[in-house]
Amino acid sequence: MYALVDGNNFYVSCERVFRPSLNGLPVCVLSNNDGCAIARSNEAKALGIAMGAPWFKIKHLAESDGLVALSANFALYGDLSDRMMSLAAGLGPKQEIYSIDESFIDLTGVPGNLTERSHKIRNRILQWVGIPCGIGIGTTKTLAKLANHVAKTAERKPGSYPEQLAQVCNLAVLTPIELESVFAATPVSEVWGVGRQISKQLIEGNVKTVLDLVRLDPAMVKRRWSVVLERTVRELQGTPCVELEHSPQPKQEIACTRSFGHPVTEQSDLAEAITEFASRAAQKLRKQNSLAGQVLCFIRTSPFRQDAQYSRSITVPLRRPSADTAVIVAAALNGLAAIYRCGFKMAKAGVMLLELQPDTVQQQELALEDDDAADRGRLMTTLDGLNQRYGRGTVLMASAGLAGNRRAWSMKQERRTPGYTTCLADIAVARA
Amino acid sequence: MNSVLISHTPVPVSSAPLLALLIRNRVCAGFPSPAEDLGAQRIDLTQMLITHAQATYFLRARGTSMEGVGIFDNDILVVDRAVKPRHNHIVVAVVDGDFTVKTLYQRAGRIKLKAANPTFADIVPKEGQTLEVWGVVTSSIKQFKV
Repeated sequence: MYALVDGNNFYVSCERVFRPSLNGLPVCVLSNNDGCAIARSNEAKALGIAMGAPWFKIKHLAESDGLVALSANFALYGDLSDRMMSLAAGLGPKQEIYSIDESFIDLTGVPGNLTERSHKIRNRILQWVGIPCGIGIGTTKTLAKLANHVAKTAERKPGSYPEQLAQVCNLAVLTPIELESVFAATPVSEVWGVGRQISKQLIEGNVKTVLDLVRLDPAMVKRRWSVVLERTVRELQGTPCVELEHSPQPKQEIACTRSFGHPVTEQSDLAEAITEFASRAAQKLRKQNSLAGQVLCFIRTSPFRQDAQYSRSITVPLRRPSADTAVIVAAALNGLAAIYRCGFKMAKAGVMLLELQPDTVQQQELALEDDDAADRGRLMTTLDGLNQRYGRGTVLMASAGLAGNRRAWSMKQERRTPGYTTCLADIAVARA
Repeated sequence: MNSVLISHTPVPVSSAPLLALLIRNRVCAGFPSPAEDLGAQRIDLTQMLITHAQATYFLRARGTSMEGVGIFDNDILVVDRAVKPRHNHIVVAVVDGDFTVKTLYQRAGRIKLKAANPTFADIVPKEGQTLEVWGVVTSSIKQFKV
């Protein structure tokens, strides 16, 4: 048995903890560079704002309907997520943190009434942390995810599902008839793992609701679609096929890419950005104890502008696999020099580290060339330690530039709320 | 003879042999550290101030209305949302969308927020208005310039 605990409109809910005046107002949180809506309050959803709606298209709603738009404040969301996750873990013996606002809990061996227990945990998260959650319970992860959708939708849209399924929905205790009517009321596109393409194909094949899908023969689904969809159907039928993942596998690819706050044309500005992205990626690499064999660097203009278009990437192999910031930055900057063209307004750049391998495996080689292969592991550990202790960017490669957020390519975050829980100077004020 | 009362007679304490403590550390020449066996933990301020880590937030007090209970302008309030607010608790409440710190008065079905400074009036919720207590203040931290 599994539960999925998921914060409602998570980023908006985080903002509301410290700004109660936002309760009841349409609120959305914008992506990096204030690009598009990545979280919406129920009131904002009711205004018809879609997930991912570009800010420039919904800006007028601020005037006409009092829409409040905020820049993403990931320091705040990360801290509240951590609090929420540790309380959600109280639901059962094992937890898989699936994303910033979702975690699966394995309920195997948990005695008593699971629905009641979930209501208690939900109330605790709401009272202690301040975040409203939905909890879905089912015999498989796919069913738990579906139950979570029901729990949230039943609360947000009264009448969509039976009232008692709001907030906490336990599919495992429904009668077969009740379960069928829940399945029949849920479009197939809401199923975990059914993407837009697949759901289009399913609908064309007259498989419109979860009930239609669950009644398909898994063997036929495998033949006609894929083994992935077959697994989904089996999970919906109650056969667990997807296990809880406790420790995430080391990533096979690490990327740090960013859109710029303003278009960038100068190579020196791009070099600053590339240096920072490469440094950030190298730090992530060390955190998972890996080495990279290749460094990919790319730059591109904005496809949404009428300007001349340019988009290039290049992969630079390293002399030997490394996690050394200086080595990775040097490779990325070499790459940039090779692909840079002047006269284009670059909107985005990024660095990806490829061919990752554990840092315990080191291929021995004959030292034919004299290069400074001296182990700089301690220097890197010190670098990470300093940046962790005194804040990001305390010690950096000089080519990243020293102007901080005033650099030409820095992100636009005009509407960001303070770091209420992560920076002492930013804590909320209570009138005394 | 069998029924002699001995309960009021002092009984000597039996002298049982003392168990020697197991010696874990290597024996070194010189004076041994007298602190070795005590194993005391250093006082931890975080542990003192925070009972429910996930429910505790810090807020900054601004104003003079709570000076009577020792909360001064610029103090850092430790606010625990896991504590159930009761009469006479110092609480952070939401008034008109803003945080305010006051003493909770909850008696005979009447609820209001009282300042700890006679120059401030009580905050009484109007008809139909609910008073939202955001959290209970468990400590106030004052730092001095050094």
